[in-house]
Amino acid sequence: MSIKETAQAVMKKAVQIAPDALMPGGAPDPLIRQKHGLIGTPVSRLDGPQKVSGTARFAAEFPMEGMLFATLKYSTIPKGKITNLDIAAAAAAPGVVLVMTHHNAPRMKPAPAFMSSAKAAGGDDLPIMQDAEIHWNGQPVAVVLAETQEQADYAKTLIGVTYETEPAVTAFEVAKADSEPGVFQGEPLLLEIGDADASLAAAPHKVDAVYRTPRHSHNPIELHAATVGWDGDHLLVHDASQCVTHTAWSLAEVFGIAEEQVHVTSLFVGGGFGSKTLWQHQTLAAAASKLAERPVRLMLSREGVYRIVGGRTLTEQRMAIGAQGDGRFDALIQTGVVAMGRHNNMPEPFILPARSAYQAGSFRLDVEAAKMDMVANTFMRAPGESVGTFALESAVDELADNLGMDPIELRIRNEPEKDPTTGAPFSSRHIVEAYRAGAEKFGWAARKAKPGTHREGEWLIGMGCATATYPYYRMPGGAARITLTADGRANVKIAAHEMGMGTSTTQTMVTADRLGLAMECVSVDYGDSHFPGVVLAGGSQQTASIGASVAAAYRKLITELLKLAGKDSPLHGLDADEVIGRDGHLCKSDELERRESYVSLMARIGREELTAEASAPPPLEFTHWSMHSHGAMFCEVRVNAITGETRVSRFLGSFDCGRILNPKTAASQFRGGIIMGLGLALMEETQFDERNGRVMNPSLAEYHVPVHIDVPEIDVIWTDIPDPHAPMGAHGVGEIGITGVGAAVANAVYNAMGRRVRDLPITLDKTLPELGLVP
Amino acid sequence: MNSFTYARAADVIDAVQQGTRVHAKYLGGGTNLVDLMRETLEQPSALVDVSGLSSDITEREDGSLLIGAAARNTAVAEHRAVRTRYPLLARAILAGASGQIRNMATVGGNLLQRTRCTYFYDNDGSRCNKRTPGQGCDAIQGFNRIHAILGASPSCVATHPSDMCVALAALDALVHVTGLDGSRTIAVVDLHRLPGDHPEIETNLRPGELITAVELPALPFAQRSVYRKVRDRASYAFALISVAAALDLDHGIVKDVRLALGGVAHKPWRALKLEASLKGQPATTQSFLAAVEEELADATPLPHNKFKVELAKRTVVAVLAELAGDIS
Repeated sequence: MSIKETAQAVMKKAVQIAPDALMPGGAPDPLIRQKHGLIGTPVSRLDGPQKVSGTARFAAEFPMEGMLFATLKYSTIPKGKITNLDIAAAAAAPGVVLVMTHHNAPRMKPAPAFMSSAKAAGGDDLPIMQDAEIHWNGQPVAVVLAETQEQADYAKTLIGVTYETEPAVTAFEVAKADSEPGVFQGEPLLLEIGDADASLAAAPHKVDAVYRTPRHSHNPIELHAATVGWDGDHLLVHDASQCVTHTAWSLAEVFGIAEEQVHVTSLFVGGGFGSKTLWQHQTLAAAASKLAERPVRLMLSREGVYRIVGGRTLTEQRMAIGAQGDGRFDALIQTGVVAMGRHNNMPEPFILPARSAYQAGSFRLDVEAAKMDMVANTFMRAPGESVGTFALESAVDELADNLGMDPIELRIRNEPEKDPTTGAPFSSRHIVEAYRAGAEKFGWAARKAKPGTHREGEWLIGMGCATATYPYYRMPGGAARITLTADGRANVKIAAHEMGMGTSTTQTMVTADRLGLAMECVSVDYGDSHFPGVVLAGGSQQTASIGASVAAAYRKLITELLKLAGKDSPLHGLDADEVIGRDGHLCKSDELERRESYVSLMARIGREELTAEASAPPPLEFTHWSMHSHGAMFCEVRVNAITGETRVSRFLGSFDCGRILNPKTAASQFRGGIIMGLGLALMEETQFDERNGRVMNPSLAEYHVPVHIDVPEIDVIWTDIPDPHAPMGAHGVGEIGITGVGAAVANAVYNAMGRRVRDLPITLDKTLPELGLVP
Repeated sequence: MNSFTYARAADVIDAVQQGTRVHAKYLGGGTNLVDLMRETLEQPSALVDVSGLSSDITEREDGSLLIGAAARNTAVAEHRAVRTRYPLLARAILAGASGQIRNMATVGGNLLQRTRCTYFYDNDGSRCNKRTPGQGCDAIQGFNRIHAILGASPSCVATHPSDMCVALAALDALVHVTGLDGSRTIAVVDLHRLPGDHPEIETNLRPGELITAVELPALPFAQRSVYRKVRDRASYAFALISVAAALDLDHGIVKDVRLALGGVAHKPWRALKLEASLKGQPATTQSFLAAVEEELADATPLPHNKFKVELAKRTVVAVLAELAGDIS
């Protein structure tokens, strides 16, 4: 069932029980109105000192008594059977305690694949080292456990594997012939309104082209790792995770034990981007630990991440727009094929931006999935939007060029009043303001409309812009526990995640403002599957999910507190919705001097602590409104007229993401997304050898991401207009920064040299042919 | 990584005695060798650390410069004589790797760094004649965008990754080596080999021979020289094409020219045809282009690196034009 359907199913019931602030007619979150607190002020991350001093403990840094070190041996064929595994030399090597293969691995069930149920976390649902079958090139075929990492790594090189190969589909063109309709979050990736083909044919102005984006591999700075140990039939996993509760439940399914018997912690995570879910390494570590009866640490090598953790898949998109002479769109067509693994369900949904970005007379949006024998592809920062906006926003730029219109003006002319494909009202949409503010600050007026006319020495200079867009999500399952103590302090516990985004800092600010406490009186604990809530750090939804959960727990806590405080409290007779927290007190919201401090209230009720736990209301807001974040990206590039090298010289992102809670950490999220987008535009590409499905550049030396000198000064600004229908008025800001960047760069390259590159990344071999003869 | 012994060499004789043993390797900064050992592509049983041997940089009376093989890349690039008399060498070194790596890497080690061909590195899953002679080459039909356009063979299409060596080739540098049989010098252009049928043999060093120094002959016109590196990102990437060049003009006529290309072959590619063709010609874009076209006439690009031919031409012409412009 899709998120929307789930939400709709519970809605009828929920509406009867209690009207919610996020529903139509409900009052907006009172924090939106509050202007004097911590929200909106730049606060440095609370965990910064621990991280820079090395005292923050990551998954592969937990010591365990008697711990062994693990390493993985990977298959070198894409499909077939293991016919022989020679492990004798490895087993006899110094320090080796165990070599685990499909011959001796404990019996386990496959991990439930992501989105197959509410708490499923598996990258795929293949058997894990249970048989001789090989499903992709790079699949783990053996685990070596040794007393030291070096001993394990060395012993691995002594393992001999022979295979019987079977025919595999590793070439995209072959797979395309059998592509199937894509289904994402339970909904088909197909949308047709009107007769788009006929409208396109009849339109006086049109663009119609194919855009391609390559495979991308995940490269969080912290390698995927797990330190695991069994205590009887209880499993403890220190994981690098963006879904601790999902992982605990899924591992319980794998080992056939109760969810409560698996405890997953993940306090610090060195970047996730969609990759820190459940892949084979956690399960293999736990299985090997069970077999060896000792704790195990398994940290993937960088190569290991490329081999067994899926990445973003390749896309081939036909993008067509038909328009009238005044620029209005008659037809919007975005159709194409993506490669997908056989045992996962993630057809990179590149059509998502086009569903709400522009008004158009007709639509045809369609994603087909071509199944290949490869590691399960997965989520990577703004899946769908990051590559979908490349095609969409490049095509809009091409159309503007054809029409002789300014590309910003063309976009504004097609700005919809309500969601163009669902008809739902927008909850908050200020993209035109974002464009105007961005254009002003960037100096867009200085752009030369005619391409290839601005040159300084060897460098051709161009400017481009593109729309950024990402949906607002809030997934079901959010819950939190608040404890108020007699000294007037509060603690929140929630099974959420801090992957470097600043979540723990920002949610401490929000909780402090909600309670009216100083920041130092509030602590937020997270990253533990034993805490309340099912809170995925994905889809940029954590901010809303945590916010709504804490608001619900707060309401319950205050209700209880007021009830217990009784008649003698100055707040007697008020309910939770009539008070607000301020300066360590609860106050009547429209009569602030009528108040009582938390310390006094706690003394009055005679408790050392008071705890409340509650679930967030169902995420009904986005069944009523079309909810999205927006942005306008501006880029200046310099293309070398001799060599074709493209360097980005300036970048500005102008965002409309509701209220910005912590400008300091939000700015870092925006910039980080943009930097990742520069990599997508100019250099990132997984070399997948189509002869045998092998990744040939599994290393940061050969897989290029931007280095410092590739990244110019990046300016970020925002509207800061709250979304009245979102908790705190805020949207998540983790993913929108990467969207639109590919097109902004490509459009700037076109403006610089008159060459339209429709195939990412924009490397010099693609710009060089258009530079003419040797100058 | 396999087990190995480690010993510091007391002097050149001690080093050579230790280094002549089977499966011994000389260790400089370790910036390439240790990586290759981690990947198990190199499996020496003994490492002879020669980083404590001579790192002196000496200006000699005949105008040449003698650089001890243990000199760190950073020390060479920062040396006053290198910067003023051989700026192309300083620029080449600074175009390579990162500051941290240059602080460790030695001149001797840099000469012997090995290719970045990804099929060479994939010792588990791909065929490579350089790694396992006679196995076959998966790069020829695979990803070969960074591979050779000159001097390759059906056995191997890999390129030499060094920047420094390209400058040394243009400068006619001499490599001083010592073995059990005594010392000799090898022209740097003769140090590295084309792959032929034996890509696993990368240099003309005899077993156990140790590089002790690099000699830069006097070349007064090299004080106006350039190293230009073209790559996929602004730093920390190997050259797609690089050009090291020095130009000597006499009233607009090319009196002498030195030019070497990187990123095109199994060895730094000294452009002798281009040099011969240019001498006596007017220093014009036209003659630069004619000369580089002659040099690249035999280029045999692979499916993914056809662009390198055009890129090399454009870069060479731009470099020579820049030098001519500086001089005139």
